[in-house]
Order: sequence, then structure tokens, then C-alpha cells
Amino acid sequence: MNKQVELPKAFSKERLLELAHQMWLIRYFDEKVDEFFARGLIHGTTHLCVGQEATAAGACAVLNEQDKITSTHRGHGHCIAKGADVNRMMAELFARETGYCKGKGGSMHIADVDRGNLGANGIVGGGIPIAVGSALTAKMKNLDYVTLCFFGDGASNEGSFHEGINLASVWNLPVIFFCENNQYGMSGSVKEMTNIENIGDRAAAYGIPGIVVEGNDLFAVIEATQEALERARNGGGPTLIEAKTYRWKGHSKSDAKKYRTKEEERFWRTEKDPLVFMANRLIEAGLTDEQEWENIRLQAKEEIEAAVRYAEASPQPSLDSLETDVYA
Amino acid sequence: MPVSNMIESIRDALGIALAADDDLLILGEDVGRYGGVFRATEGLQERYGPDRVIDMPLAESSIIGAAIGLALEGYKPVCEIQFLGFLYPGFEQLISHVSRIRYRTQGDYGMSMVIRAPMGSGVKSHELHSDSFESFYVHIPGIKVVVPSNPYDAKGLLLAAIDDPDPVIFLEPTALYRAEREEVPAEIYQIPLGAAKLVREGQDLTMIAWGGMVPVVKEAAVQLVEDQIQCEIIDIRSLYPFDQDLIVQSVKKTGRVIVVHEAPRTLGVGAEVAAMIQEQAFLFLEAPIMRVTGYDVPTPLGALEHVNRPDVNRIKKAVQQVLHY
Repeated sequence: MNKQVELPKAFSKERLLELAHQMWLIRYFDEKVDEFFARGLIHGTTHLCVGQEATAAGACAVLNEQDKITSTHRGHGHCIAKGADVNRMMAELFARETGYCKGKGGSMHIADVDRGNLGANGIVGGGIPIAVGSALTAKMKNLDYVTLCFFGDGASNEGSFHEGINLASVWNLPVIFFCENNQYGMSGSVKEMTNIENIGDRAAAYGIPGIVVEGNDLFAVIEATQEALERARNGGGPTLIEAKTYRWKGHSKSDAKKYRTKEEERFWRTEKDPLVFMANRLIEAGLTDEQEWENIRLQAKEEIEAAVRYAEASPQPSLDSLETDVYA
Repeated sequence: MPVSNMIESIRDALGIALAADDDLLILGEDVGRYGGVFRATEGLQERYGPDRVIDMPLAESSIIGAAIGLALEGYKPVCEIQFLGFLYPGFEQLISHVSRIRYRTQGDYGMSMVIRAPMGSGVKSHELHSDSFESFYVHIPGIKVVVPSNPYDAKGLLLAAIDDPDPVIFLEPTALYRAEREEVPAEIYQIPLGAAKLVREGQDLTMIAWGGMVPVVKEAAVQLVEDQIQCEIIDIRSLYPFDQDLIVQSVKKTGRVIVVHEAPRTLGVGAEVAAMIQEQAFLFLEAPIMRVTGYDVPTPLGALEHVNRPDVNRIKKAVQQVLHY
């Protein structure tokens, strides 16, 4: 897992810089959400993926537009990586009518039909069987898409994990089970809640390949997902990928983080920052320089500021929309 | 007398129960080191150890399922589910097994356990974090359902639930966890399950509510005094079994009733209450029983949450309708 992965040959310089931009968008989106929650300007609950940008961006980077994803409660990064409009996302968090759920669903329920995002999910592990059904559809109707299912280490202890992966294996479905192991299910350390070193090793129990990958290395994530994607596209069935990463923030807005040490947090923030890692690799390869990297960062930051302005200027949902969209 | 909010009085009750009975176990996600998502179990693992206050993985089905096995062998499990909307993966264990063990074994095995979960809206959260589907649980034969509306009742009802030989779903209104502080005795006391509480006396109309709606109904009653309307308020507290006598007695006095709940209207507990009243006090009714409820929708985010959740104005309007029928 520690080997240095080659830069992906199929990706042009422009594409790599686009991914850098996307990762900055993810980071600034969630930093902004964090700030607005702290100031009491947006409500609901929210789960931030700051520090996990490379898993979302890397996994979605190899997918085509027709490929599908299912997302999680910690899903802003997945949405952005699958091409969602940050304006509509931010509007949703502000509970505005222009949001993806028309301002009624908030942080955990964003779906984006046009981009193949089948939806985030407030229930841990909830997306796993859904991804299986999506992939079964592709197989039965001979549709050319693969479904990538994001979930976390916590979800891998839910029954839906076992049920879903077993079925996908039995039916040999075009699905990628992508576990973002950020080390903690709320306060529950993966070391205490599972008795196996790698969640990826559980693949053996279902007779499918498992890959364990450095989740904060965008290029390693791309390589692993590419391998799984080719297998799925070529009728080789599902793959379980475990990407080891870390959430910088607490589980949700009210987390004092008593269950982990400041040293551990510092290590991941300083030694394992996925954006620093990417910048170093690209600069080292001569694909960008510090000035260009800085411009990318600032542009993403400004786009998130613009998303906030868009959200703030958007109307609240009308009061008579309370009962709409419950039934057809 | 010490003063507590609801979360503190629940923590107090859990601490008392752990101290009193070595076989009492607390199981749940983040209940140990973290002290629970709302801090109901804060400090309890430090005091009683990780074998009695057990941090569970994300596996609601096994939280409730393992509790069944523990209860069969004589332990007293008290499960915490982080939000009522997170109970559904464990619902299968609840409806298929927890509720039926006593019946299946014809009394050879009991199923004394408590499942605690925060419920309801009013906290600017949404969807699964605000579910108020108490009806599901009330509908299951073999399970008791309790919803406190204040710190004092929360402690007494929880201690009674823990002592009860049957499974009790103990639903804690999230909006009330830190809403008020009141005197809560430090000692052990129980409030019997199945006994409603007369919160306020009045002769014009009976308001029936529970949990998060009780403070709203109380506020409406205070405002209605300005219109020379005296409302009687009954906090049901225990949704199954529920106190028919106190309600019927009140209806016979006032002849007019509104039932208020934040759960969706259709098949809410309000429907059961209304049916019971017309069966037992039909000739005393001066007007149809009105319900003020949530709409048949998932709890929305933002401004719409307050449209969905019954408020003082909707309650006052319903009172006027019933009075002027």
C-alpha cells in the first residue's frame, strides 16, 4: 500500500488540474458548511468530509457520466466529484427552494439524476443494497454503466453490507463497493469495532477481489478504481475497495472528538493532507507550479463564495409545498 | 432538591439502575467513551466499565438482537438507539422476536428490556433525525411505549420501565432534552406505566397530548385563558398501555376534546384515543373530537418544519372550532 503509484497515463495535465480544482471545491464547500453551522446560519445536521477529498475525487474520476454512484451521510464530496452544481448543493443546505431537494432535505439527501448520483443516504449502509439493485438493472437490461457504492467503515458492520455484497457476487454484477475507511464510525474506532486489519480483506468471504489502497493518494485511488471498473465493465463482477483515509472534523456538528488524540489528528492533517500530497506530486512531475496551484485553490474558494451568495439570494420553499412530492 | 433538565434526569435514572442491579447493561452506539449522541450516558462507562456500558458497532439489528439473548439469560439490557429513525434496521428483531418471546414461550421466558430513542421534531433537524413514528410501536402487541414530557416524569418513568417485566420502548422528545429544568428528587421513585397525568384542570375542553407537544399545548392553554377559555390538559405519558379512565373522566366533564401529536395524522395515536373516547363517552360529547397533528409527510428541513409541527396557533384554532361547533 505504501508504494508510490504512477501518475495515471490516461489523464491529461488539464484533467489532473481539473481534479485538483474539484478537490479544493470539496474542501472549501465543507469548510464553508462548517463555518455556517458554527454561526447558526444553517441547520439540520451535517457530516463533513474535509481530509477525505481524494477518495471522492479519485473514485469518481474514472467513471463516465452514465455510471452511477450511491452516496452516504458524509456525501458532499461524492456529489461534487460526480459533477453536482455547488450552487444547488449550497442552496439545499440553506433550505432554499433552488436546492437539490427543493430545500426540504438538507445535507444528507442530495441526489442528482442527471449525473447518475442515486442519492446520499442518512442511514449507514443504506446505499449498499440500492447499488446492488442499480447494478442488477444494468446487467438485466444490458445497459452500459457501472454502479459505484460509497460507504464507510461503520457501514461494513451493518447487515446490509453482507447482504448486498453477497448478492452482487452471486449475480456477478457490475458494481464497485468503495469503502472510505476514515477510521471512526462516530466515536467507534475501526480497531475496536472490527477484528480484522483490512475491511478490504472481507472481500474473500464473498469470493470477490479486494483492494486496500492509500485513500489520501488520489493516484492510488484512481488506479484501484480503474482496475475495479475494468473488471466490472468486462463482466468480471464486483470488487471491494478499501481506501484508508481520515476525517479531519468531528463526526457531526456536536462532536468533541474525545475518542482520538490531538497527535493523531495533527499527523493526518500535516503528513497526510491529500491536497498537499497531490500538489507535491504534480509539481515534482512538472505538471504545475506553485503559482498555478494557488490560482486553482483561489478559484475554487471563490466558486464556493459564489455558491453561498446564490444560496442566500434564493427563496425559501413556499409554505404550500409542504405536502408535495410525497406521492406522485 | 436538585434541579435537572431531561437529559440529566435520564442519566441520573440510568446511573441509579446500574448501581442497583449488577445485571443491568447499557448497549448502544457511542454510549461509552463518547457518552451517547445526546450525552445521556456520559460518565457511566467510566463508573461501571466497558462490560456494562457497551459501545456497539453500527449494527442496530444486533443491538436489539443481542439484547434478546442477554434478556433470555437474565440480564437486563437497556439499549440506546441514536435516533428513532435509526431503529429501522433493528425493527425486525423488535417486531419478530422482542415482542413475541413471552407469548411464544407462553410465559416461560420474559423479555424485560428497555429501548431508548430520541424522537420528534422541533430541533431544526429533518427526516430520519426527526421521525415521530410512535404508532408503529404502539401497534405491536407485547411492547409497551412510554413518552415523557418533562425531567421529573422522565426519571420516574424510566425507572419504572427498567423495572417492568416486559419490553418498553422509551421515547425521549429531542426538543425537550434541554428545554427546561425542574426539581427532580435525587432518590429512586417510579411513575407507573399506564397512568396519564392531569397537567391542568379546566372545564371547557380537554386537550390530550404527549412528549414534545405537551409544552406547546400548555402554552396554548395559557393564551386561551385570555379568551375566558379554561382547558384541561392530559399528558398521556404512556401510549401503551394508555390511561383510558383519566381521559374518559375528563371528557365526561368537558364534553369537548382535541388530541395533539406531531406524528403524521393518518393512524396516529390520536385516532386510537378518539376511537376510545367515542366508544366510552359518546353521549357526553358536545362536538367531534378534533386532531391537530403533523402532516402525512417526512419531516422537512427549515421553515417548513414549523408548518408541519403543530404550534400554538393551530391548537388555538382547533379549540375555537370545537368550542363553536
